[in-house]
Amino acid sequence: MPVRIDEIVTETEDKMLKTFKFVFLNKEDEERFQHKAGQFAELSVTGKGEVPIGIASSPTEKGYVKFTVNKTGLVTRYMHNMKVGDIMGIRGPLGNWYPWETLEGKNVVIIGGGFAFSTLRASIVYMLANRDKFKEIHVIYGSRSPGLLLYRDELAAWEAAGDIGMHITVDGTDDPDWKYNIGFVPTITEKKAPPADPDTYAIVCGPPAMIRFTQPVLDNLGYAHDNIINSLEKRMKCGIGICGRCNIGDKYVCKDGPVFTLNALNHMPGEK
Amino acid sequence: MKVIKIDKNQWAEGLAKLEGSYRMFGPVAVQGKFPEFRELEKGDVPNLDVPNTHLSAKSVVYPQSEVMFEYSLDEHIEDHHLLREIEKDYSPRAVFGIRPCDAAANLLVKRNFDSKEYRDPYWADSFESCVFIGHACENPGGTCFCTSVGFGPFNEDGLDLLLVNSGKGGFLAKVITDKGAVLAKSAGWKTEGDAASIESLKKQAEAKMSSKVNTDQLSKKDATALFDAPFWEDIGFACLNCGTCTYSCPTCWCFDIQDEVKNKSGVRMRNWDSCMYPLFTLEGSGHNPRPQKHQRVRQRFMHKLKYYVDKYQAGVQCVGCGRCVKLCPVNIDIRTVCEKMNSYQPA
Repeated sequence: MPVRIDEIVTETEDKMLKTFKFVFLNKEDEERFQHKAGQFAELSVTGKGEVPIGIASSPTEKGYVKFTVNKTGLVTRYMHNMKVGDIMGIRGPLGNWYPWETLEGKNVVIIGGGFAFSTLRASIVYMLANRDKFKEIHVIYGSRSPGLLLYRDELAAWEAAGDIGMHITVDGTDDPDWKYNIGFVPTITEKKAPPADPDTYAIVCGPPAMIRFTQPVLDNLGYAHDNIINSLEKRMKCGIGICGRCNIGDKYVCKDGPVFTLNALNHMPGEK
Repeated sequence: MKVIKIDKNQWAEGLAKLEGSYRMFGPVAVQGKFPEFRELEKGDVPNLDVPNTHLSAKSVVYPQSEVMFEYSLDEHIEDHHLLREIEKDYSPRAVFGIRPCDAAANLLVKRNFDSKEYRDPYWADSFESCVFIGHACENPGGTCFCTSVGFGPFNEDGLDLLLVNSGKGGFLAKVITDKGAVLAKSAGWKTEGDAASIESLKKQAEAKMSSKVNTDQLSKKDATALFDAPFWEDIGFACLNCGTCTYSCPTCWCFDIQDEVKNKSGVRMRNWDSCMYPLFTLEGSGHNPRPQKHQRVRQRFMHKLKYYVDKYQAGVQCVGCGRCVKLCPVNIDIRTVCEKMNSYQPA
């Protein structure tokens, strides 16, 4: 599906992350692109290739889709030099999504770190647009420093609105006016996460170290592994489970995932 | 089912007749090169005397490199930077001399490319355009083990016609499908043949199979236990990660997608890829879930002999053609690996 870049926002002070807002060239493509928060799509730049990126906008935001792109490889480096008005492509939506059918009527705590926050942004915006469908909502989000937090204006707005518990944290800062938490995500999770309950679900998405150290915290709090939801990454090409690249056991992360409960992951070969 | 007798002259005449209405494929022996399976050029005849080709016949349906889209990067052109579909030739193809193992492999691979969820148009349209004229193996090779994985030297799965040598350059042809019957009719092959002699030749060929592999326990094993089994480092120790096994395999289907640009025009294409290469899973962050060679070797065997078995409940993803056994430069043998997996009991 061909799209036009409508807006580019540099998100972080290191300029490695930019959010691209795309509008579809064809109205029918826009209507066909019906996604759910947690899914991803392949961004396509002719001459360079495709790259799988989580969808940062919520299905409740109409008329455009947003992706936050880290400058890493061939396609993303090129994208960082593109301008508003340039034409590129989107193939998707792909993969599964956070289990909204299950999460309705439940407490949700979102635990995110670094730039893996994009599909979590989609999820927060989605839940806020459907606020009465969820019980308590908490967001624990950390980055190395204040300047590396994504979506800072929105974080502040969510905090101010007060209908979700925002727990923003940084590993460290020399900013004397910093009014949020200081500490790693697992530490803040220990202090701020709601108590375990069959009706409380944790969505965890972040760098491997954060996930590794957050899990024992959730275990200590008593979260069941069916109530911990992870989103995985892998090198991908086709995005529809046929090119054979992103498997863990007999599951393809692109098609059967990227969202898996920790319980499901426990029963898959350890190749993450 | 009908059996037709084709003598040497009728065979040559039939091929000539078919040339006009089919794109012709088959094994070709070129002096100084390994026999290869490819589209026949004018004047080529399928050489059915050659044993199984080094590379399987999968390239007929699934070329090693295939362009999917083209585009222009020239901003003076209206649809610049937009993908354009490429016109493909899916006119009927006659695939002569495909061995029963390679024909059966297409059906195994079809589960990946043509499922209820997704139909890969390039693979499926190609597959459907083919008439497969198989050639039975009277003398199975030493590394062949097709009878152990549910097939055999005279197997008919995935074939439209099966040719059996009847001496003096002639064949007995078993008509398996309507597509096969149509082709035989267009070729003018119609003399009734003797079905009983095919049966006896089949029994003789099966009796010559020297390799036997057990696969009966694979579906009952726990995938994570097999994954964690202690033998993988041993199995992968000598592996060079050359990828010969995956390229020669008729059931390996993994592909890569790449863009190629020359001046202002470019294509997006797909190419066979191999899970033996570290780049196959290397992520943008630098993380690689399979950085070590024994992990990649494990992936290949686990995919064929366990993940596929679990996913489709229809046997292993292997037709026993024996190519990877014969061609592996360090003698890694899927038959040995399969036995290890099949008999593995976690401590």
